[in-house]
Amino acid sequence: MKLSPDETIFWQHGFFTINLTIVTTWAIMLLLVIVAKLITRNLKTNLNISRWQCILEMIVTTINNQIKEVGLDNPEKYIGFIGTLFLFIGISNLCIIFPGYEPPTASLSTTTALAICVFFAVPFFGVKEGGIGGYLKTYLQPTWIMLPFNLIGEITRTLALAVRLFGNIMSGGMIVAILLSISPFIFPVIMNVLGLLTGMVQAYIFSILATVYIAGSIQVKHSKKKN
Amino acid sequence: MDSVTTIAIASIITAGFTTGIGTMFPAMAEGKSVASALSSLAQQPDASSTITRTLFVGLAMIESTAIYCFVVSMILIFANPFWNHIIAK
Repeated sequence: MKLSPDETIFWQHGFFTINLTIVTTWAIMLLLVIVAKLITRNLKTNLNISRWQCILEMIVTTINNQIKEVGLDNPEKYIGFIGTLFLFIGISNLCIIFPGYEPPTASLSTTTALAICVFFAVPFFGVKEGGIGGYLKTYLQPTWIMLPFNLIGEITRTLALAVRLFGNIMSGGMIVAILLSISPFIFPVIMNVLGLLTGMVQAYIFSILATVYIAGSIQVKHSKKKN
Repeated sequence: MDSVTTIAIASIITAGFTTGIGTMFPAMAEGKSVASALSSLAQQPDASSTITRTLFVGLAMIESTAIYCFVVSMILIFANPFWNHIIAK
């Protein structure tokens, strides 16, 4: 039984393999870039905008509002990273409607890569906002006794991000596969619908958690501003 | 009982218990969180979007512990390193 799309290998030469995960990841990336390029070709600012531009504006405005509600004041600085996380994970989980498609997030490699991106983005944004001293002070944040727990917490929450997304998406696919061999008429369809829902919820959770971690790393600047 | 049998028995029983016990406590915690979310929705319906969003985030965090147990069970059944090692001998 195949546990992940990593095991479907198309071409292998020494250390370099092309498996299904890489192919679907690049396909999703191409899809996102081509659709974005096509929609933003003629952007208009009057009242008669095309439907696609309207959808795009709705998505961008919603993500901006969500980032602002978590507590980051200038969402334009973060929407590049957080919006991309949400759109990539969301679209790759939504495409399970297409037959013969396995989501790349069902492989531990993809989710670990995304979690490592968040792991490096948190100090990047923290240092950009508050300087190195300000960022390092957040580790002593509630009291200095919390320092080892904050350090361990950095690693465990990265691990948790990766395993959470992997577990949810992989289990969705595996449930459908098992049900297909037991009662193949209606239940696999219902479980696939549930898989769509959990895919979107997990995309939202991943990006909101990334936003919360980034907001936590620039906390020093925030408390200064509020006073 | 030789070691092949021991490893097989231990893996199968542990996989069953991991998923069985590991999904009980997150389910109870999720039930309590949904119950308190519903009662606070009844008290303040205009904060419903905040409450709903926080509820879903909290549910996903609780769910992740159940997912960890599921992943361990899957590893024990399908990618068991002890079994692979003892079979290869």
